[in-house]
Amino acid sequence: MISSVLAVEIPYWGQSLLRVLGGLVAVLLPAGTIVYVFLFKMMSFMQSRLGPMEAGPYGSMQLLAEVSKWLQKEDIIPENADAKIFKIAPIIVLASTFLLVVVVPFGPDAWMTNFQAGVFYALAIGSVSVIGILIAGYSSANKYSYLGGLRAAGQLIAYELPMVLAVVGVVIQAGSMNLQQIVVAQNTQEIFGLDWIGLPFVLTQFVGFLIFMIAVQAELTQAPFDMPIAESELVSGYMTEYSGFRFLIFFIGEFATAGVFAFIASILFLGGWGVPFSWFGWDTIDSIDNWMNVVGPLIMLSKMMLLVGIIMWVRFSYPRFREDQLQRFAWKVLIPVSLANIAITAILKVAF
Amino acid sequence: MPPKPKVPGLIKGLGVTMGTMFRTAKNGANTVQYPHEKETPPIRARGVIALREDNCTACMLCARSCPDWCIYIEGHKQLAPPRRAGGKPRQVNHLDRFDIDYALCMYCGICVEVCPFDALFWSPEYEYSEPRIADLLHDKTKLGEWMETVPEAPELEAGAQKK
Repeated sequence: MISSVLAVEIPYWGQSLLRVLGGLVAVLLPAGTIVYVFLFKMMSFMQSRLGPMEAGPYGSMQLLAEVSKWLQKEDIIPENADAKIFKIAPIIVLASTFLLVVVVPFGPDAWMTNFQAGVFYALAIGSVSVIGILIAGYSSANKYSYLGGLRAAGQLIAYELPMVLAVVGVVIQAGSMNLQQIVVAQNTQEIFGLDWIGLPFVLTQFVGFLIFMIAVQAELTQAPFDMPIAESELVSGYMTEYSGFRFLIFFIGEFATAGVFAFIASILFLGGWGVPFSWFGWDTIDSIDNWMNVVGPLIMLSKMMLLVGIIMWVRFSYPRFREDQLQRFAWKVLIPVSLANIAITAILKVAF
Repeated sequence: MPPKPKVPGLIKGLGVTMGTMFRTAKNGANTVQYPHEKETPPIRARGVIALREDNCTACMLCARSCPDWCIYIEGHKQLAPPRRAGGKPRQVNHLDRFDIDYALCMYCGICVEVCPFDALFWSPEYEYSEPRIADLLHDKTKLGEWMETVPEAPELEAGAQKK
């Protein structure tokens, strides 16, 4: 959000307030929508049941009811736990999500920071949640939590690599690490001479997209990569000892992170907030009409819902990997494939 | 080795969940919204045990065969008027107390099987949960009320011998 939103001058404190509000909305609104649409309704329908139906019309207020239930619960801290670290761990996990949304552009002017190395920042901050999860498991003084934390650390580090490597292909093709530039690149270039479609990188970087989505699935510890919270062997992994408010933070964090990663994936591969600029005769980012600041976030939201829908669909369909299969899949399949993807992208970029 | 499937299992699995989702959206769920609509249990469902007090002789067979010891019976002997005029008065067992503690009962149905006088019956009724656990102890009046919900015994199979 730059100094003039919709041609209204805003003082610095106003901008800061807008940024904070925008960040809250950009994290919590998708999280709530994802929980209702996918966790409550899509999963239920896939299991031939209706899901929550009592709280509000079609159970739409169910999440609010659950939140108020969790807030009433006792905040239990185990006797042997390292209380300070135990308390701070879920906040680190949620904070990494909020820091992640900072670089996401929602429109030509609707961004919180226009960071030049946005991709690098997003991937770096995204892995901060590993620390939160690891210390949550370590400080709980519970062997299940400890094992879950270690598994989470091993898994997140293993899948961080293919994720970064998959993004490199996009960065090579766009010629920029700035997320805004990547969006512009996708909507100004064209493929096969079809200028009405732009060039969403999912067409040229399909392998990268696939690797990125698999890595996101693992980063979010959603099934089939939910070894860290495998309830049949580890109770609930690193979340075992958490209750009430702190569990709520973990829960919100899980789905908020899913939303934010889907935002980033939609920017990298699906063209982000933009429509092909040739539709309206724009050629650079400065010539875009102001109404894109309103429509852009809606386009982003629909793309995010599509990607999260795929993530959740996979989650509800597949059984869990074994720990060794999970590691082997990352190191022996995903990383070599993504390295090959980078090499081929680089060669083609130089050739054409 | 099993033959290779035409559609890979991973894709097929996604198809199954998506198909179920659309089927649920179109035809409705397989579940019922319980407090608003009720599922009728099969007539021989083991919901609650009903007592026909007139048939009970306080023989204690059910109480003794109960694995959970959840049946409490108390009775006393008393003289009943003779069947025929001029006969001797009969000695009968009178039932003072017949309680089933449904907090303990595990619905095995041994008491119903073992009763030689057809005093205990299964009823498919299942809505009798209580906020207080002590209220799950049903006395003989309440057990007698359950008799109204006991369905008619089904017709015997052709050629079956009636006892």
